[in-house]
Amino acid sequence: MATRHVYLDHAAAAPLDSRVLRSMRPFLEGAGGNPSSFHGDGKEAKDALDDARTRIASLIHARPDEILFTSGGTESDNLAVLGYARANKANGCHLVTSAFEHPAVLESVGHLEKKEGFTATYVSPGRDGIVSADDAIAAVRPDTVLVSVMLANNEIGTIQPVADIGKRLKKLREAGHTKAVLHTDACQGAGAMELDVEKLRVELLTINGGKIYGPKGIGALYAKRGVKLQPLQFGGTQERGIRPGTENVAGAVGLATALEISSEIREAENARLIALRDTLIGGLLARVPKSRLNGHATLRLPNNANLSFLDMEGEALLLYLDAAGIEASTGSACTSAALEPSHVILSLGLPYEVAHGSLRFSLGRATTEADVDYVLDTLPPLVQKLRAISPVRVDEKYYV
Amino acid sequence: MKSIMSDVSSRDRKQSWFYTDIVKEHFFHPKNFMDRDVATDEYDATGKVGSPACGDELRVWLKVDPGSERIREFRWKTFGCGSAIASTSVASVMVTENGGMTLEEARALKPMDIMNRLGGLPARKFHCSVLCDKALRDAINDFYRRAGRFDRIVVEASRVVDLVAKVTDHDIEEAVLEGAHTLEAVQQKTKVGIGNPGVLPAVEDLIRFYREKYFG
Repeated sequence: MATRHVYLDHAAAAPLDSRVLRSMRPFLEGAGGNPSSFHGDGKEAKDALDDARTRIASLIHARPDEILFTSGGTESDNLAVLGYARANKANGCHLVTSAFEHPAVLESVGHLEKKEGFTATYVSPGRDGIVSADDAIAAVRPDTVLVSVMLANNEIGTIQPVADIGKRLKKLREAGHTKAVLHTDACQGAGAMELDVEKLRVELLTINGGKIYGPKGIGALYAKRGVKLQPLQFGGTQERGIRPGTENVAGAVGLATALEISSEIREAENARLIALRDTLIGGLLARVPKSRLNGHATLRLPNNANLSFLDMEGEALLLYLDAAGIEASTGSACTSAALEPSHVILSLGLPYEVAHGSLRFSLGRATTEADVDYVLDTLPPLVQKLRAISPVRVDEKYYV
Repeated sequence: MKSIMSDVSSRDRKQSWFYTDIVKEHFFHPKNFMDRDVATDEYDATGKVGSPACGDELRVWLKVDPGSERIREFRWKTFGCGSAIASTSVASVMVTENGGMTLEEARALKPMDIMNRLGGLPARKFHCSVLCDKALRDAINDFYRRAGRFDRIVVEASRVVDLVAKVTDHDIEEAVLEGAHTLEAVQQKTKVGIGNPGVLPAVEDLIRFYREKYFG
């Protein structure tokens, strides 16, 4: 029976911050008017929604009318890719993205390719998990309509050169080479990284609540003024008709509060997490032979440690860890419905064996040094146990 | 990310398991695994199936009583997920308990028998236990091969249903076991009939057959 509970899956879901919950309470428990209604409760709801929009806009250096509320990261990514590509077909039918985007982007791009006559270039990241800005820019053609590169990868936490791509794409536009705009999925980057749309030079940016200690089921899409989007759903004029449907007022308020808190504590929290992360990574690499860090050692999110332990399978280790009270996640095929191993690890040019043995630990605000020590003490013998019953001995040359 | 954790754990430690208690017992305390390096002639037969690239690899070693052809010892090594480890462990018990199965009986061991003994496995995990009976049959053939009794070797022939995509009935069976229950899903896994639509009616029949065989 587990004696300790160590939650290291914050990249999947982070707990709701109590201050966020407090900010949302009036809109969950109160009259809960509809922001579109002409009465006192309706006005109160509309004021709260506007206020949340203004607060988010000011945090990311945007204007309030550039913030669209959605149901989360997946919808924002879908709206950015599908909505922008469809509304701007006149500019071309070519898309550029990275090979290890979140499925919300990859599958939207795939859908446009399969069903709507678009073509796409998938830029491969380097072995270190970083897409080169040169490669991304080189893929841009006169008929490229949209470039979508994530701010930080969700599995391996590597930080992408979005600002550099944005700056150079702008130059290409100014030179008349292309009309393409830039979207970035900032679901994982939000919180740890500053989201300044001016510095990033993006026209579209995805945020969601659940990864930043905010509510689940709320997200936002920043869409720069003048950027045309075709709606994905119909039935109202909310969110300028681009995302109709009665607004999630409590969610919007919670998202604004969550972003503000992240921004306030960013510097100190990042420093604390980086120290813990590096203790975890360094400790595991030192204690477990035939292990490797996936993704760049420093250009990665402060809370992400993704390692592969060779000669055993990730799901089995995940279950042994769970029994010891440690909750992580894996890129192993066995935990995915498709039974395919992580497309992210494979996109780095690493073999299946590395993907099958990969584990992601994502640290959070409640993670302590004692938690990290507990993982460092608990994990190595579990790997040893699984290796003892495994017939596989992968040669070093395949993964180092 | 593809709901990575949804069915393997929850924060409720009392009812967190996606697997039955019997699966857990065999996963956490695997029985009869080979815990050392072994010389080729030390056992009467060995069998192998899978590869680490496809996510599961399994090897078995058998000691067989030459007179009765009963399996006296069954050792194994598995690279794979929780249910692959548990199903191999439980199969090692099934094959050797009560004086051991005869090779004939062991050859008839079905994935469903192993799964029933485990008290069930999630549908999409079922393919893991299928591996174990295959490795066992591979070892039984090896036993007869070593004994020079080639007439007792059973080759598991598979029939090519799509010559273009080189897809066999066995590939369709695997796809169904891995959870592809519709033509589209099976095509995604095997590419069967893509560019060769004439075979599709036969493929649909096979999918129905395997679906009923494994999932009722």
